Amino acid sequence: MALHEAGSQDALALSVRGLGKRFGERVAFRDLSFDIARGEVFGFLGPNGAGKTTTVRTLGTLIRPSAGSATVAGYALTPENGIEIRRRIAIMPETPGLYPRLTVAQNLECFADLYELSDPRRRIARALGAVRLSDRADDPCGALSKGLRQRVALARALLSDPQVLFLDEPTAGLDPVASREVGELIAGLGQSGVTIFLTTHRLEEAERLCDRVAILNTTLRSIGRPDELRERLFAKTLRISTLRPLPDPQAVFGELPAVAGWRQEAGGRYLLSISDPRVAAPAVTRALVAAGADVLSIAEAQHSLEDIYLELIEGEQETISP
Amino acid sequence: MSRRRVLAIVRKELRDYRRNRYTLWTMAIIPAIFLAQPLVYILNLPATAAVPLAHRHELLYMLAIPALAPSLLAAASVVSERQLGTLEPLLSTPIRRRELLLGKALAPLLPSVVVSYAVYAIFVVIIELFAHPGVASALLQGPLIVAQVVFTPLLALWSIWVGIAISTRSSDIRAAQQLSVLGNLPLVALSTLISQGVIQASLRLAVGLGVALLIIDRFGWRLVAALFDRERLITGPR
Repeated sequence: MALHEAGSQDALALSVRGLGKRFGERVAFRDLSFDIARGEVFGFLGPNGAGKTTTVRTLGTLIRPSAGSATVAGYALTPENGIEIRRRIAIMPETPGLYPRLTVAQNLECFADLYELSDPRRRIARALGAVRLSDRADDPCGALSKGLRQRVALARALLSDPQVLFLDEPTAGLDPVASREVGELIAGLGQSGVTIFLTTHRLEEAERLCDRVAILNTTLRSIGRPDELRERLFAKTLRISTLRPLPDPQAVFGELPAVAGWRQEAGGRYLLSISDPRVAAPAVTRALVAAGADVLSIAEAQHSLEDIYLELIEGEQETISP
Repeated sequence: MSRRRVLAIVRKELRDYRRNRYTLWTMAIIPAIFLAQPLVYILNLPATAAVPLAHRHELLYMLAIPALAPSLLAAASVVSERQLGTLEPLLSTPIRRRELLLGKALAPLLPSVVVSYAVYAIFVVIIELFAHPGVASALLQGPLIVAQVVFTPLLALWSIWVGIAISTRSSDIRAAQQLSVLGNLPLVALSTLISQGVIQASLRLAVGLGVALLIIDRFGWRLVAALFDRERLITGPR
């Protein structure tokens, strides 16, 4: 299924139609279609081997697609446009890829020259300031912790003021503190108007940082805002907790038009299928009070992005398994 | 072709060499071996050896230095970037394949030519000062010195293209370096055969070899660019 949304080409940072890549007989990804607006933070999720990194490399002109077409930063994804596209994007791969014997500033200086940036010293100082590493400019990269190296790699990606920034698992292998710091930097970039294409395994990170997410497992499984995906995949539910089990729950819930179904989880805990929580919650509250129940809590059940991911990926694996 | 991008690669490589002890030792050891062994032999030659030496071209033996000194550096140039994970960020910049390769070739060329000339100068000075005067004047012939000056960069560049070509197709630094030394042995053999008089040195041979090396060096750039498969280097096993 090709999933995409309509949008003006001028307002799009990335536009992908039927894109695919295969290595011999092995399909890395296929039939990808989606648009990303300028300034959007777009999450690209999927299990290992789903094709996320290969998608980034393909859109970043490092490898050629086997099928389909794409427009990146306003340029058609063709070998002739490779240099023009690379001038306008930056890729931060999963491993920082820094020269360990060179200092932080020397690493950045090399890339400033490769992008032929004017006033490279100012650009380097600004990029290091953005990742809060100004005081480490003269340290050899090999002496930095993994978290700091990721920040240097992010500074390198920011040097050229890219229109589209591809971040491939930027927090992979980082401890929680370093991961949070890098996450905060990405959030700051998102607010500054850079289009960010973020691949990650960290679903809470995607939910926190991304305007929209796509879930990939060789083909695109779903795309949209996290709350849209929730609505699409899960029925709305109310979670009820009472001090003691209700003597006749069917008499309380079964007669309510706002409740489509119910089940008892354990003791005084009930799960109700509903269509609209704004109608159902007051009706259920009134019914419980009228039944003399001691109500501890009534809350709409929240499905995380992880629930969505697992529903899509694990559900698919169960379907595939014999 | 962007000069700034080529120079960015050259500068980066030279900075890396300076901070890499292994590189410095590699650059120093090969010329030291080639300097010490013939010096011991020549400094012990009696005056009677001058006549036969005048008809040979012993000093051309020193051309083995530019043929071997840069090969190890060149052989590591691409494969080390792959192993460090630096090739992907490098290739995601606007740099062209031929700019990258030119930078990768110029970086080892500069120090290896400087080292080769310096070792040769030391060699000449020691012979002039300490060898028997007849032996010294028999060895230090003007055409041989000109040949050394002209052929040093040409041989070094050949050696570098062989090394980089192997580096683009290899996934292991040591294997690439060993293959590169093997790949450059024919040049060492050629210079040795000429210095020992097995192949008779002449102006015609020198001009022919010079032109051939110029063409090969120019063609080598294109050939290595054709071997440089961006996709295989990025997606292949490290």
